[in-house]
Amino acid sequence: MEITIDHIRNKLTTEIGAVHVEVEDTSPNRCAASFKVLVVSPQFEGKPLLHRHRMVNSCLAKELEVIHAFEQKTLTPEQWEKLKAQ
Amino acid sequence: MNTLVSSTIRCLRVGSVCWTGLRIDGHVSYSSTRLLCAAAGKKKDFAEMVKKDKVVVFMKGTPAQPMCGFSNAVVQILRMHGVDKYGAYNVLDDQDLREGVKAFSNWPTIPQVFFNGEFVGGCDILLQMHQNGDLVEELNKLGIRSALLEEEDDGKSK
Repeated sequence: MEITIDHIRNKLTTEIGAVHVEVEDTSPNRCAASFKVLVVSPQFEGKPLLHRHRMVNSCLAKELEVIHAFEQKTLTPEQWEKLKAQ
Repeated sequence: MNTLVSSTIRCLRVGSVCWTGLRIDGHVSYSSTRLLCAAAGKKKDFAEMVKKDKVVVFMKGTPAQPMCGFSNAVVQILRMHGVDKYGAYNVLDDQDLREGVKAFSNWPTIPQVFFNGEFVGGCDILLQMHQNGDLVEELNKLGIRSALLEEEDDGKSK
């Protein structure tokens, strides 16, 4: 399975209703071995951090089997607006 | 990389011996961070393993010599809060440990942090808890006073 930035973005958008996704390939040669994602979704509303991360993990369960390292930040649209304003 | 890992890390097998008589009257007596290795070939009881200390970390490498940036971050965060007595399992020593803990906690990555036997999260979560102040509170629930509070107090009294 080829994992691309677009693939990750599309999956997060369709499966957990992300309204904004930033994906960065953090592997040294941009070889899709590690990624860092910022996910903004209204579905995170009222959910603790662990729960949000689990949502992302299960959405990308297949991909995470081959991704070596994965960092994530999960925000609600409100938190995202606040962060942008800073 | 593997050669590097195996040549640099020597598992300090204090596991089973060290635990004998560890909990006396419900108190855990520590001398320093223990490096835990489960006996090879034995089926692992993760539910027990995560309760060995108030704070238990499954990581790559050891607290003294983390072998991965994310594991190192967890060690550093805990250190900032003055938490240097915790159970640490080196998953690089044991493939069963590495895969087993992922299945146990249903979490795909290492490091993994447990408080009082309960899964807290990985590096990202611990970092965010550190940043938003939750970590101080959660440690407090474990009866551990964060060293950051001491610093704050010092600052006030000056």
